[in-house]
Amino acid sequence: MRFGENFAVRWLLTLVLVAGLSAVSRSQSSADLSPGSADLIRPEELAKALRSSAKPTVLNVGPKMIFVQAHIAGAEFIGPTNKPEGLEKLRARAASLPRDSFLVIYCGCCPWYHCPNVRPAYLELKQMGFTRLKVLYIATGLGSDWVEKGYPTAKGE
Amino acid sequence: MTKKAAVIIAAVALLAAVYLHRGIVCRKASSSNPPAPAVTLTDLGGNAFNLSGYKGKVVLINFWAAWCTPCRGEIPQFTALQDKYGAQGFQTVGISLDDAESTLRDFCREAKVNYAIVMGNQKIAEAFGGVLGLPTTFLIGRDGRIHAKHEGETDFRKLEQEIKDLLQSRAQN
Repeated sequence: MRFGENFAVRWLLTLVLVAGLSAVSRSQSSADLSPGSADLIRPEELAKALRSSAKPTVLNVGPKMIFVQAHIAGAEFIGPTNKPEGLEKLRARAASLPRDSFLVIYCGCCPWYHCPNVRPAYLELKQMGFTRLKVLYIATGLGSDWVEKGYPTAKGE
Repeated sequence: MTKKAAVIIAAVALLAAVYLHRGIVCRKASSSNPPAPAVTLTDLGGNAFNLSGYKGKVVLINFWAAWCTPCRGEIPQFTALQDKYGAQGFQTVGISLDDAESTLRDFCREAKVNYAIVMGNQKIAEAFGGVLGLPTTFLIGRDGRIHAKHEGETDFRKLEQEIKDLLQSRAQN
């Protein structure tokens, strides 16, 4: 094999390796939160659960500015978990919860694929061992996907 | 059904699913077109102004935040719209819902923003009926009323047509 061909093969193998590692990384961080995933809960399903006798603990991991305007009734404010202090607050709050608690986290700050908060929160709670963890799937934002649908909402802190 | 037809149908269904999950919600304001709130805003230079001072112009209000990836991605397009329609009586105002102003100045300078950027707060957001997701964009007509609201990532083709339509309409006193 000549030098030029060897060089090209090496570059090709490098690209394949990088692409593979990237895919694995993405799969670990996002595959479980793709629409349709068993770790997601749809707004209508959560609304139904909130009316049942087996209500989940609901934690908000988004910005306070949105939380104070409107939040899921009964939700507790943690704060943005794309920041270390937010993750620390989440850990502290979750520490006292039984690991088989029915636990739902949500944000709703921006369109689903761009939310910087739910994925870090999800991974953190998974690492803590929560077995009945669900992430509320909010496609666009809390307003259009929850409040305007008439689901249970509260205001203030 | 032939295999080719099945493939085409599957491809169309996949594209539709991707589009629906992009998180785009665009709606006309209610048929009564509520008046835009007469809020006082303060830009990054510390200059206070009231939104009512823009009556007679078409005003785009974009609620955004520097931590919001799609928000940042839209800014060049808002800048382009301001360039294109500013002379015709169009004004963009970006209302940031960031926690701190400090990082905003650098970001706006690097992004070469050519419209007013102001710090928002809960009161301002609630004056617009609540801003419960970013980005959220309102279009105010020359009559001072809200004619459109875009939630999530903006459909700029639709938005630009709305701007052109509103620029052509006369203000109703």
